[in-house]
Amino acid sequence: MAARTAAEPRPQPGATIQDDVILDVEGLSTHFRTRDALVRAVNDVSFRVRRGEILGVVGESGSGKSVTARSILGLVPAPGRVVSGAVRFKGRDLLQMAESERRQVRGAEIAMVLQEPMTSLNPVLTIGNQLGEMFTAHPERAPRSGSVREWVADLLGRVRIPDPIARMAQYPLSFSGGMRQRACIAMGIACRPDLIIADEPTTALDVTIQAQVLHLLSDLRDEFGVSIILITHDLGVVAEMCDTVAVMYAGRIVEYADVDTLFATPRHPYTRALLGSLPRFGGPRLRRQQTIEGQPPDLSRPPSGCAFAPRCAQAEDRCHEATPPASPIPSHNGGGSVRCWVVMDELSGIPGMRIVADGTLAVSAAHLDGGA
Amino acid sequence: MIEPASVSAQEERARTGHAGADAPVLLSIEDLKKYYGGGGMKLPFQAARTPLRAVDGVSFQVRRGQNFGLVGESGSGKSTLAKAVLRLEPLTAGRVRFDGADVFTLGGAALMAFRKATHIVFQDPNSSLSPRMRVGDIIAEPLVIQGVPGREVRRRLDEVLGLVGLSSATAQRFPHEFSGGQRQRIAIARAVIGEPKLIVLDEPVSALDVSIRAQILNLLRDLQERLDLTYLTIAHDLAVVYQACDVVGVMYLGKLVELAPSEDLFGEPLHPYTRILLSSIPIADPRQRNRERLPLRGEIPSPKAPPPGCTFHPRCPIAVERCATEIPDWREVRPGRWVACHLVESRPNPPTPFPAREGGVFG
Repeated sequence: MAARTAAEPRPQPGATIQDDVILDVEGLSTHFRTRDALVRAVNDVSFRVRRGEILGVVGESGSGKSVTARSILGLVPAPGRVVSGAVRFKGRDLLQMAESERRQVRGAEIAMVLQEPMTSLNPVLTIGNQLGEMFTAHPERAPRSGSVREWVADLLGRVRIPDPIARMAQYPLSFSGGMRQRACIAMGIACRPDLIIADEPTTALDVTIQAQVLHLLSDLRDEFGVSIILITHDLGVVAEMCDTVAVMYAGRIVEYADVDTLFATPRHPYTRALLGSLPRFGGPRLRRQQTIEGQPPDLSRPPSGCAFAPRCAQAEDRCHEATPPASPIPSHNGGGSVRCWVVMDELSGIPGMRIVADGTLAVSAAHLDGGA
Repeated sequence: MIEPASVSAQEERARTGHAGADAPVLLSIEDLKKYYGGGGMKLPFQAARTPLRAVDGVSFQVRRGQNFGLVGESGSGKSTLAKAVLRLEPLTAGRVRFDGADVFTLGGAALMAFRKATHIVFQDPNSSLSPRMRVGDIIAEPLVIQGVPGREVRRRLDEVLGLVGLSSATAQRFPHEFSGGQRQRIAIARAVIGEPKLIVLDEPVSALDVSIRAQILNLLRDLQERLDLTYLTIAHDLAVVYQACDVVGVMYLGKLVELAPSEDLFGEPLHPYTRILLSSIPIADPRQRNRERLPLRGEIPSPKAPPPGCTFHPRCPIAVERCATEIPDWREVRPGRWVACHLVESRPNPPTPFPAREGGVFG
């Protein structure tokens, strides 16, 4: 891989979504085997990320969104293990790579930004030293000219940290929460990655600082054409940032669509309930909020059939018996899907949709907006 | 005995949409200041110690049956204020009146009665509930401290478990056996068992999953009506505050900058900080992606050295010279609407929309 200098523009300056898929996750399952249970944290998850695309992975705690991210990077903590699936990054399957090879990808070509910046920064190293480490760990991706100091100052400037030269010499303790997260993002983009995985990057931040950090991330996408997987529980952040959304529930993607389609016509009962239960601005103040009754399932003892069925107002007998397959739905990105028996029936009445031999739905190409 | 709310409070809510607009004042906070450090003995060669001004002159009133919301970002002083209201911390200056009495002069039986009449629910039920106590003991502890006889304690315990939607069997179990939402129900049961008048809710749903938040918000609303409670809600999630609170105060750097009925504040914010805060909230509707946003520049200044004049002026997009020198008065610009800003005029139409200095639009 050729090294790029800081001054050299990326192939797609100001890129919007390109057609080339840079990450293709197929049938990914990650299980945690404990002494007395098998927890299926991620269960048959498939999605694709194109160059310059921001994919939102949304779900509640325990839905498997963070484990999905860690599985991609080969960072699943014990006793977890990726048991099946493929993670093709620029054509190569990360799951088949040797760990030494994966180390070269991680941090350099795929960066990760975590929720709590203080725990991902080393408190006894200056910010400058930590950022500089990126170039010593991945020398092939360092700029060709200049010094590490210059590169680090340039990075801090890119994430809008004022007075980078003075800030380089400081320790994370002297940074505010928002600045620490910027420093983490600077570390993430140091090697010009193709993909940033951001796991709840703004959850620990105040709302005005969150707006600054989200703005920065979308600028980075526009400037460098980097793809971003944004993991969040906040549907507001999804609506503002993402091109495509994967809604996870109990380890599965239950709905997958472009952001406009998902918010305009949410199909899965869970997605609909989630959107309905958001406290809203404007409009009348409600005496009662719409709720989703019950609790998310215990993944060591998942319910049979659809995991949402016990909380679903529309559930029928078959929902408790068999897991619904991912059926295609119309979506601008062409790859929309939903896992729900009831929705599948509704969709089969729509022109252009038909049930194919194996009992799943198919969409005729002509019916997909821009997806053909 | 836990009694239903008075009929008048319910009628009031039905008529005005928000409770207690004319109800008697339950809690009155007068020019409250809470500084940390800065005092004590100064050694001859020691640098002068400057106090951290966590709360710096805040006044407001909470009426019976209201849900009063305090919003602000980290470091704005809202949690310090809550602790001061409950007399968990001594004050630097000012006064807190509860039911007419000065809270900080109470002693003996009167103080005990105040402790009984107030309670707090914390953000994170994982850390606010003792892991070694059974749920029944956690909930009943306030009554035990008050010396309520055992039989009565058990009767009331059953009653509140029912009120918060938990089964009687819950009492025998430990907190770790419950999910976050259920643990918050336990914390709420503990708060209401002593029949308080005022409950401080410090980020009551922030640690909970989205699908559980609405359940807890509804529970709090039901309890407020059934038990005739007054709430002081502290939250940074503005959508939660909009839906839950009747009156909202916005804090910045230890001071209130704006106070108004919820619909007014969210419908037409007056203070520049409030306007920026509201425009920063991500809206769960992709069609509103390209709306104008007002970015907030820089970071919150240190409360040890707050800027002179209006403390918001270094970050304010419309600040004028006067803002850097003169502290704005806390004044009622319209009925029920209080603002501390030189540039908000006391007239019934809004100030001119301010142009953001650096383009204003992002996204």
